[in-house]
Amino acid sequence: MRYLPLTPADRTAMLAAVGAGTIDDLFADVPADALLSGPVEGLAPHASEMAVERHMARLAGKNLSAGAAPFFLGAGAYKHHIPASVDHLIQRGEFLTAYTPYQPEIAQGTLQVLFEFQTQVARLFGTDVANASMYDGSTACWEAIAMAGRVTRRKKAVLSGGLHPHYVGTAETMAKFTGDVIEARSPVLSAQPDDAEVIAAIDDQTGAVVVQYPDILGRIPDLAAIAEAAHAKGALLVVVVTEPVALGLIEAPGHLGADIVVGEGQSLGVGLNFGGPYLGLFGASEKFLRQMPGRLCGETVDAEGKRGFVLTLSTREQHIRREKATSNICTNAGLCALAFSIHMSLLGGEGLSQLAAVNHDRARQTAERLAQIPGVTVLNDAFVNEFTVVLPADAREAVRSLADKGVLGGVALGRLYPQDKALHAGLLVTATECTTDDDIETLALTLADVLKKGA
Amino acid sequence: MNAPNASGWKPEMVADDGSVQPMTVSGDKGLQLEEPLIFELNRAGQTGVDIDAPKRGPVAGLLKFLRKAPAALPGLTEPEVVRHYTRLSRQNYAIDLGPFPLGSCTMKHNPRLNEKVARMPGFADIHPLQPKHTVAGAFEAIAELSDWLIGLTGMAAVALSPKAGAHGELCGLLCIRAAIEAKGEKRHIVLVPESAHGTNPATAAFAGFRVESIPATEDGRVDMEALISRLGPDVAGVMITNPNTCGLFERDLKKISDAVHASGGYVYCDGANFNAIVGKVRPGDLGVDAMHINLHKTFSTPHGGGGPGSGPVVLSEALAPFAPLPFVQREADGRVHLVEEEEIASTGHAQSFGRMAAFHGQMGMFTRALTYILSHGNDGLRQVSEDAVLNANYILRALEDVLEAPFAKAGPCMHEALFSDAGLAAGFSTLDIAKGLIDEGFHPMTVYFPLVVHGAMLIEPTETESRAGLDRFIASMRSLAERARAGDERLKTAPHFTPRRRLDETLAARKPVLVWKGDKA
Amino acid sequence: MTRYFTKEHEWIQVDGDTATVGITDFAQESLGDITFVELPDAGRAVTAGEAVAVVESVKAASDVYAPVAGTIVEGNAALDAEPELVNTAAETDGWLFKLTLTDAAALGTLLDEAAYKAYIAEL
Repeated sequence: MRYLPLTPADRTAMLAAVGAGTIDDLFADVPADALLSGPVEGLAPHASEMAVERHMARLAGKNLSAGAAPFFLGAGAYKHHIPASVDHLIQRGEFLTAYTPYQPEIAQGTLQVLFEFQTQVARLFGTDVANASMYDGSTACWEAIAMAGRVTRRKKAVLSGGLHPHYVGTAETMAKFTGDVIEARSPVLSAQPDDAEVIAAIDDQTGAVVVQYPDILGRIPDLAAIAEAAHAKGALLVVVVTEPVALGLIEAPGHLGADIVVGEGQSLGVGLNFGGPYLGLFGASEKFLRQMPGRLCGETVDAEGKRGFVLTLSTREQHIRREKATSNICTNAGLCALAFSIHMSLLGGEGLSQLAAVNHDRARQTAERLAQIPGVTVLNDAFVNEFTVVLPADAREAVRSLADKGVLGGVALGRLYPQDKALHAGLLVTATECTTDDDIETLALTLADVLKKGA
Repeated sequence: MNAPNASGWKPEMVADDGSVQPMTVSGDKGLQLEEPLIFELNRAGQTGVDIDAPKRGPVAGLLKFLRKAPAALPGLTEPEVVRHYTRLSRQNYAIDLGPFPLGSCTMKHNPRLNEKVARMPGFADIHPLQPKHTVAGAFEAIAELSDWLIGLTGMAAVALSPKAGAHGELCGLLCIRAAIEAKGEKRHIVLVPESAHGTNPATAAFAGFRVESIPATEDGRVDMEALISRLGPDVAGVMITNPNTCGLFERDLKKISDAVHASGGYVYCDGANFNAIVGKVRPGDLGVDAMHINLHKTFSTPHGGGGPGSGPVVLSEALAPFAPLPFVQREADGRVHLVEEEEIASTGHAQSFGRMAAFHGQMGMFTRALTYILSHGNDGLRQVSEDAVLNANYILRALEDVLEAPFAKAGPCMHEALFSDAGLAAGFSTLDIAKGLIDEGFHPMTVYFPLVVHGAMLIEPTETESRAGLDRFIASMRSLAERARAGDERLKTAPHFTPRRRLDETLAARKPVLVWKGDKA
Repeated sequence: MTRYFTKEHEWIQVDGDTATVGITDFAQESLGDITFVELPDAGRAVTAGEAVAVVESVKAASDVYAPVAGTIVEGNAALDAEPELVNTAAETDGWLFKLTLTDAAALGTLLDEAAYKAYIAEL
């Protein structure tokens, strides 16, 4: 078998060396009735690389990939062009097959990358510090709520209706078990985000105010006003960024008063991957450092005085604090952080701003074109690369019909909010640098056709 | 002459007479390459991505939100970026370079077919919210993986959304909590053996339970009598690792499970070490109610320098109704469909405890793990655990005369061999052996874990090491053990041949520097 | 002024109804290089045996308990910038917190210096 180096002769000799007659002598602690006598039901014997690849390719071939169709989906997962060098570099075995850098003398590569990554995230978010990454945006969002609770010693979190419903769901699940109080609201199909409602809901029990920026409908909340209101009541402002490319164009949340900024880093370097693995970004003000979850990499010197890097402040973490840890998280999204960092290094701050400007250009062209379709209106006054259109029909039906014609036309709000009928005419449309003029025209013509037939 | 590195230090050599001399002007030494921070390489206005100029400016409504200046981040051309990261990569040890015997972490070879499959556009380039009929192959792949995880563990169901092992633990504990609440009971204690990984008590606490520790017996197993005597109407369940963190099989797990069930509690099994028994033992047969599987351990998805992981949780009949959303369900007719929030009522899953994360879980890890399972097949997976256990016992017996093996005198270990620091010369520690192993060209074993053994050294060779490779490792370990027993002072300053010597962790923690501020002086 | 000790390796210097609390030299030695000290807020009422401070080294975090009941007067602000004071001056400048005693009688249950020395000699 191609992955197992021991030969039958090795096994015989090694069994003799350890004083065992058969391999099952080494499984002697397993109760006899628990030891399987035969193969697992239904699972075939080992297979060649070619055979397995063929099987997996057949499954993959049943999916319509984003690159094979005009593609307009977003809602927390974005298709961007990933430079070829990113995937080449992350597949170097020294990165791909390394472990968590617990032995810093032979892990300076990973550690320096994490230090650079932390700096990039902090500068992107406008926060003092950032950690070495979390599982994804949704879990980072819950960790931020929990952290704000530890800092303020308050149990209530006020969530904007513009927060991604999966992020809301994740927080609600966790809060059921921790006793935190989550005050969430549904979005409303309006040009303006719900800043006023959020501000009105903040009271002196509120520990965290959570706002997505841009929000789930692509709108842009006024963070400075919400930060002021939160701070006036002693609460922390948690800002959630699901599309980091947007920060090439709009102001960094940390510069507008956010105390904690979390996000989904999938847009840069990672790819769609059907939802995972993704990359949780986590930045915060330095004064809350000791309450941060997750791994942190810090600068130090070695025995000869040379600059080097180590994992640090691990007394916050589960392997030392056990049940008193700031989080039970035991990993970061190392390889995804590397991909993000490489992509960001290729772009630079100015490149990111240019990329965001092109994304906005594509989205603006898409919005203006869709607005020409009879009965279709664009909801947003402001957006970066994602906006909401209101259709004269159920958007889920329209999305299905578009897909049947080979167009992946957006995310129907009904998919995200099945219970909320008032949103079912909403279609969330995203355009990125990958979106061509032809894609836009195809979407517009096909959507017009679908709506006409539906009417 | 320019400083070779913008941080200001120069590589130096202490000569025999004590004088300090520069080694090279560049800072590099042959193939030992120094690399500045990316920020120190920055040249204003460069980029490694060509981007078309936009034809349109911002919409009017966006103007007031525009950022004042681009983020202060370096951009470099592709050759500079490729070189930066390639040079950094060479400062890492990796499984591709040699044995990586980190106990409990399972650093085995990562088959490259898995990487190729995960990158097929039909898996890598699909969006989690695409219309379901455009991603039927993705759901089929998830369902196939589910089938095999259920089959290999003998359980009733699997929750695939947890993002890593600790997230899987949380999933299992939340299922237990939901099940207890559904019965209208108030059980708030979770029993955790003292040898447990730190995530276990942390997870139990995050799931809202109080943790009580259960002692170990002299032979490194859970003290069954102490555990059973603590059971009662306030105990929600136990978290047991099997094989445990001492590398031993918990012989009494079935009896423990029966007692826990009889008292109304549930059994969580930490499946971090499932790779020792895959294809040989099904945890479901031992009465387990929930177990997470680290796909990056047993099923060899790459560790990537610290993630991403993936932690599917297999569940018993009793806990399956509480599984988190979303999941993929296979109907009697073989058809596969996705269960999300809106389907829970119509599909009989109204008791689901909810969503743990956005989207469907770590798809990129599912395709890799499925590829691994199909490549090995039923015979190969059995061989995996048998070879892993054989390799560990080979190391155990080859070292037990030079290092104390506290729990394996009487019998075999499973997939990892545990030693203590007993017998080392005064002032010499496990850390010195670990650092010496680095100079020998190996990654160290897990050190100081589990906590129940003084100066623990936990060695997990995995099944993907050859006999010759094991013999080389054993020779180095024997030499190091003998040097530490004899008090060889050179060990205390090891490693000597690495890009950096021992690092000052106290300084890093006392004065944390977590981001670069070199341009803000 | 009288100095008391506990089996949890704390020292308590009593001056009127104010007690200054730190960890002993023996304790700092076994903890290793101290990297951070988490201190209680002024005004917090604490009971005897309650965890009120945390002393951290690189690989460990140890709770420090209030040896007697009282109200926290202040934490040692100097430790924010110089946690190493706990190593270099554990029983003087490296004190952790001061509290106002609410139950002075409880001091009688603590060890005196001779008893503490005898206790650690046996460890």
